[in-house]
Amino acid sequence: MTGWRLARAILIWVALALAIGVPIAAAATSEQLAWRGPVYILAGFAGIIALGLVLVQPLLIGGYLAPLSAYRGRRAHHWIGGTLAFAVVIHVAGLWITSPPDMIDALTFSSPTPFSPFGVVAMWAIFIVALLASLRRRLELRPRTWRIIHIPLAIVIVAGSVVHCLLIEGTMETISKVVLCVLVLAVTVKVMIDLQVWRKRRTLRGESGARSAAEGPGLL
Amino acid sequence: MTTVVFNRRNLLAAGGAVLATGVSGLLLPARAAGLAPTETMSGGANNYRKGAAIVDRIGKGGFWMSGTVRRAGDGAPLAGQRIQIWAHTVEGQEHEPQSHGATLTDKDGKFRLEMPQIIPIFGQPHGHLAYDSGEFKTVFLRPVMRSAKETSLEAHFVLQPA
Repeated sequence: MTGWRLARAILIWVALALAIGVPIAAAATSEQLAWRGPVYILAGFAGIIALGLVLVQPLLIGGYLAPLSAYRGRRAHHWIGGTLAFAVVIHVAGLWITSPPDMIDALTFSSPTPFSPFGVVAMWAIFIVALLASLRRRLELRPRTWRIIHIPLAIVIVAGSVVHCLLIEGTMETISKVVLCVLVLAVTVKVMIDLQVWRKRRTLRGESGARSAAEGPGLL
Repeated sequence: MTTVVFNRRNLLAAGGAVLATGVSGLLLPARAAGLAPTETMSGGANNYRKGAAIVDRIGKGGFWMSGTVRRAGDGAPLAGQRIQIWAHTVEGQEHEPQSHGATLTDKDGKFRLEMPQIIPIFGQPHGHLAYDSGEFKTVFLRPVMRSAKETSLEAHFVLQPA
């Protein structure tokens, strides 16, 4: 790695740690926590962590997290996707235990809170992607088919999660929350532009190999 | 002989007059039917507990829930109506018994009950109110505070016969 590449990699990792760490730390100091039970607190933090993982996913797939290789980045994307689905399960289960009627309203799209449908739609998109990803080999989904399925769902996950989070009045501190949400949107748009996801191509793997060879490690 | 002059100004004026009478004509029948009853709000009945006791104050107080109860149609104030109130407050969660209480409306159909500070729960700072005494149709309300810092909240009932 050249000096500039190393500095850039360190900068991205530090920024990522701050983007996720600061909102969690700020929420941990919220006075709202004093009036919440442990299950509700756990559910809330599972939601914040899930949003943080939504930021990590496009960074991994875009190859911005040097020194992870394209292969390792993809593997990590897979595992973090599973962790994201798990965090969402904890979030929903914890809220269900805290107030069953409110959670049932949300899941049946009859909630009075405007943010609920966005969260529920993002949740289903996350579950569908996780399920299909785990069955991808068995279903023999070709890379192109997979992209046609995954990219629109990824957009739904990002947009749904961000709107859900921004509309909630809870333990998250406003500025760190908005910064995290803006970063999630910005990184998603950047990775889509960098990978030119709207373009037809034979296989991502073939091209990523070519690009890695041409541009060195750290990119896709 | 009078010549009717059509220009932009009198056309606009005439058109405006026709529109005004037409629109008010459409609105008037709704008015004649009188004050519409309040609909139950979605999520209003969540964590409701039947038969909350009439209290002078819920918990240690510090927050005011107030409102009015009127009759659908003529809008007459309804005195002596029992309104139940509950919320997630600094003293307990929504479903807990100590978070619930009830009060009666005065001769002007107004009610006012002191309760602990409401805090955001499920993403919105909100309270719950219920009318369910049977004489009128049951109504559940779920008003939302503009800001979690507010120390009062209002909700208004217009009831129709059961």
